[in-house]
Amino acid sequence: MTDALTRLLADRDWLMADGATGTNLFNMGLGAGDPPELWNVDEPDKIRTLYSYAVNAGSDLFLTNSFGGNASRLKLHDAQHRVRELNRVAAELGREVADASGRTVIVAGSVGPTGDIMVPMGSLTHESAVEMFHEQAEGLKEGGADVLWLETISAPEEYRAAAEAFALAGMPWCGTMSFDTAGRTMMGMTSADMVKMVEKLPNPPIAYGANCGVGASDLLRTVLGFAAQGTERPIISKGNAGIPKYVEGHIHYDGTPELMGEYAVLARDCGATFIGGCCGTMPEHLEKMHEALSTRPRGPRPTLDEIAEKLGGFSSATDGTGDEEPARRRTRRRG
Amino acid sequence: MSEEDDDIILSELDDDELVQQMFDDLYDGLKEEIEEGVNILLERGWSPYDILTKALVGGMTIVGNDFRDGILFVPEVLLAANAMKGGMAILKPLLVETGAPRVGRMVIGTVKGDIHDIGKNLVAMMMEGAGFEVTDLGINNSVEKYVEALKTEQPDILGMSALLTTTMPYMKVVIDTMKEMGIRDDYIVLVGGAPLNEEFGKAIGADAYCRDAAVAVETAKKFVARKHNQGVTG
Repeated sequence: MTDALTRLLADRDWLMADGATGTNLFNMGLGAGDPPELWNVDEPDKIRTLYSYAVNAGSDLFLTNSFGGNASRLKLHDAQHRVRELNRVAAELGREVADASGRTVIVAGSVGPTGDIMVPMGSLTHESAVEMFHEQAEGLKEGGADVLWLETISAPEEYRAAAEAFALAGMPWCGTMSFDTAGRTMMGMTSADMVKMVEKLPNPPIAYGANCGVGASDLLRTVLGFAAQGTERPIISKGNAGIPKYVEGHIHYDGTPELMGEYAVLARDCGATFIGGCCGTMPEHLEKMHEALSTRPRGPRPTLDEIAEKLGGFSSATDGTGDEEPARRRTRRRG
Repeated sequence: MSEEDDDIILSELDDDELVQQMFDDLYDGLKEEIEEGVNILLERGWSPYDILTKALVGGMTIVGNDFRDGILFVPEVLLAANAMKGGMAILKPLLVETGAPRVGRMVIGTVKGDIHDIGKNLVAMMMEGAGFEVTDLGINNSVEKYVEALKTEQPDILGMSALLTTTMPYMKVVIDTMKEMGIRDDYIVLVGGAPLNEEFGKAIGADAYCRDAAVAVETAKKFVARKHNQGVTG
């Protein structure tokens, strides 16, 4: 039996994902540092509203409010015993909104990083990571998520641990990493390395890609890096609505709805099949993105210069995939 | 990395070669070799302070520069910092005993509402790697907690970190409180975190925004040197 997302992909050559979760919830009154996942139970109407933003803007899929719903993150709020419940309800609310939409909308169960660093550099073991992701996956599955959606991952070890957990839960999945450090993930992974890792997994994702990171330009450079590897697997592009700026005591993302519309079309031209936003992407951005994707024709793959011209420059000169990378110091590592 | 290098015996190297080797071993994150190197230098009569500044800090500076330049990434830096820590564990009691001069002292923590601490931990490690004494307040710190730590720890530097756009404005709350108390200028205030930028640092009245851990170390050194030159006590 194929899953709902794979069936949808069979008929479509692009799908629109959702926008920001955190930025929208903060606008609804979520306090800084408060765990959004508790709102699944305490403020379900606000979560329904969040999901409906994406559905009303024409998104084909949206992510559940469960990004930090693993035991390690919830422990910081002493809610580690509520993993199953909070994830189940996140997906149930999503199912409700998606099923009431009158069209096929995919409920993607969001799974974010544990926030811990894995061995040998940190203390999180592979087994514990798998166990945490598995627990969360079962909750999302129970609540009726169509697919699981891993996002904002930095460490390849953590990506692999989540993949293993999703296999244990018997769930199809998608998974993106965040490329925010000189074009690589914080842990140093390049776009090209990610493609290699993904293709080696025993249960590869339906689609893979990048989310969050620096700005829309950087994200598209990463998408071009994926596409250059020439694999068939659909690519996900979920970029932030520009760069956060501090304006009179408040934080404002400088990407306008029009700019995000431009970004969406460019993302598709770069080779992405799933196109959405991340931090700062509000309903008005999503509407412009949907309009642009629906009305504008596909174009040739843009060059880096064309991306910079339309969306702004890049945060670093290179992204680790070219030949002109600065070299590591030569050392005399002993056996 | 060629084969003949496999059997380097640290104790057979002269001082200069050994220090160079320790730079390499820090770069490769080899903790046991760093501990061995520190012990050999101690046996040869090096002062703990010289070992810290010439061998360990010197090596970590190279690591920091390559991190800043996008050549090394977090995993390598964590391993290097771990090796450094091995050496520091030996030196720390001896530094106290010998009354070695202090490089500087820092109090650091993520601001109220922010529980993301990987960046803050990296800065703390790199600052220790540069010889600073660091008091880590952990995550989710209120202005009261920062002010209390400034009183008890008497640091040169206050470091604040935030990963969220919703928590970064709290840095201004802390700085404004310090101004009201008339203690703002007693400290060097450095801020950092993914969503911040230089403009933001200026807007809230910090001394500097530090893009990454390596920049934080460079900036800290620069400001502490300036402060000492002015003859202001920390």
